[in-house]
Amino acid sequence: MSTILEGALYVMRDNVDTDQIIPAQYLNLVPTIPEEYEKLGGYALIGLSEAQHPERFIAPGELKTRYPLLIAGRNFGCGSSREHAPIALGAAGAQAVIAESYARIFFRNCVATGELYPIESAVRLCDTLKTGQIGRLDLDAGTLVVEGVIHRLKPLGEARPVIDAGGLFKYARRNHLIPVR
Amino acid sequence: MTLTEKLLARAGGKMRVAPGENVWVQVDVLMTHDVCGPGTIGVFHREFGRDAKVWDASRIVIIPDHYIFTADSRSNRNVDLLREFVREQGIRWFYDVIDDPKSVWKFDAAKGQLKRQYGDAFAGVCHTALAAKGHTRPGEVLLGTDSHTCMAGAFNLFATGIGNTDAGFVMGTGKLLLKVPETMRFRLEGALPFGVMAKDAILHVIGEIGFDGATYRAMQFDGEGARSLSMDDRMTIANMAIEAGGKNGIFEFDAKTKAYVDARIRANGTRAAYEPVEADREQKFVYDKTFDLSKIEPTVAKHPDPGQRALARDCGDIALDRAYIGSCTGGKASDFLAFARVVKGKRVKIDTFGVPATPEVVRELQVFQMDGKSAWRVLEEAGVRMTENASCAACLGGPEDTFGRLNRPMNCITATNRNFPGRMGHKDSKVYLASPYTVAASALTGRITDPREHLPSS
Repeated sequence: MSTILEGALYVMRDNVDTDQIIPAQYLNLVPTIPEEYEKLGGYALIGLSEAQHPERFIAPGELKTRYPLLIAGRNFGCGSSREHAPIALGAAGAQAVIAESYARIFFRNCVATGELYPIESAVRLCDTLKTGQIGRLDLDAGTLVVEGVIHRLKPLGEARPVIDAGGLFKYARRNHLIPVR
Repeated sequence: MTLTEKLLARAGGKMRVAPGENVWVQVDVLMTHDVCGPGTIGVFHREFGRDAKVWDASRIVIIPDHYIFTADSRSNRNVDLLREFVREQGIRWFYDVIDDPKSVWKFDAAKGQLKRQYGDAFAGVCHTALAAKGHTRPGEVLLGTDSHTCMAGAFNLFATGIGNTDAGFVMGTGKLLLKVPETMRFRLEGALPFGVMAKDAILHVIGEIGFDGATYRAMQFDGEGARSLSMDDRMTIANMAIEAGGKNGIFEFDAKTKAYVDARIRANGTRAAYEPVEADREQKFVYDKTFDLSKIEPTVAKHPDPGQRALARDCGDIALDRAYIGSCTGGKASDFLAFARVVKGKRVKIDTFGVPATPEVVRELQVFQMDGKSAWRVLEEAGVRMTENASCAACLGGPEDTFGRLNRPMNCITATNRNFPGRMGHKDSKVYLASPYTVAASALTGRITDPREHLPSS
């Protein structure tokens, strides 16, 4: 697993809830059915208001994003327990989200699925960073570098190896918590 | 230890646990539904094998309830996927939409939304159904693939929502690694005054701590005020722990809990033995505050989140297009009867939709008499569009043909539990959360209205 993730930023504000990440009408898609997993990616963050987010996370007609790094404020992922939320982001090609804080179930679902890294920033970044800027996220160093400026991130702690492994099951097998198949 | 710590210690086979500690917990009940069930089953099969058996078929409860009364074929298919898994695994507690296990579910849009389209096994909204069908045994650990699973905390359980992957893990092993949360204590005193409901109390509390104020924490409601509340009231409050970001909400066990639980276990023949937990004399709280229920007034949470607290009487300038009563939080018989008391003999001024949480609620309303008329009739005559098709319906939007869904931008007042942008359908709608009394009074006037002047005084 590379410890460097690099790409364009997509910047959101506080309280981006699971209905904005994946609106309820798309929950008829079952994430473990491969073609429905792909479709979920195409709807990622479609619930964000157009007025506040004229640059869309997924361009019309696309299934993948050109923004692998998400930036947000407080309480990212609040609301429902739908695992469709981190899955839609991961299926779209997002690799990490860097927010001031997370809702509990969303954070846990990121770790369990291994879809993306939910990282806390040391200070609020969503007021200063802009969508489209290029960021270089160094997981080992705990930094995000944007246009030469270094932003400190909080360590992921025990969640990191689980996501590195590819989620709860792969981690549990690797560590003999459940039998290896 | 607090109630939550004692429950997790017991389920983890430990004498003591402390907040922050990770504990492998033995799960008593795993609940899933049509929106997250097929994905959970997919994870289970992928990880444990196509021929694997669940850890204990008697401890899995499957309740289709979210996208049921819709012509969306993928949603109908998801109910069929649940039925297939139930047959394969020999799961007993499956509250299917249809009674013939060999058939498939198809909603008939031509028959309309109002008349019953389910069989005898159907149980309606999962959290209300879990309680109504005797699956909420005090002292147990109940996990569900739905954030409002915390409602079962009303019955002295540790209950919380989990994702598909965690639920797939539980299906195969019966265990899950859980972090012991810190406990926030809400000591309730007094009793709810005239015109005020449990919904007002929890909206008041969420406004107090903020809608991420309990993130990663347990919310413990105790004191004589908590004991004064009915089980329906406690369910409303525990349900909304998640709207403050809480991991779980929990109440003490008392004679009311016992009476409610024992009657339902008997009626449905679920496992009868249970052992409630009591808090220790020594409890450590990260927050400890007393709330006087008698001082609470009709409260709303304004757009766009459950923490935007305001008093109903200060919101008279907000014009409404729609009113809605239903969901796990607000679709119980007591909620509809409160609503009916306000609208009896009057007419609503805006489109008003009523979706009972369970078929049992439908029956109760059709039988319960108010001055010689059934409560159901009273509601219909007041202009409420009542459906017999108990389900989550428009509380979470759902497919476009969902009953009551906000398909264009509008202002809606609702007895449900969540009002993030887009929650009930259109993302440019504004949703206001309130008690059934306040929703009813507001339906009569077309503006957010304090219900106290619209209620008969006795």
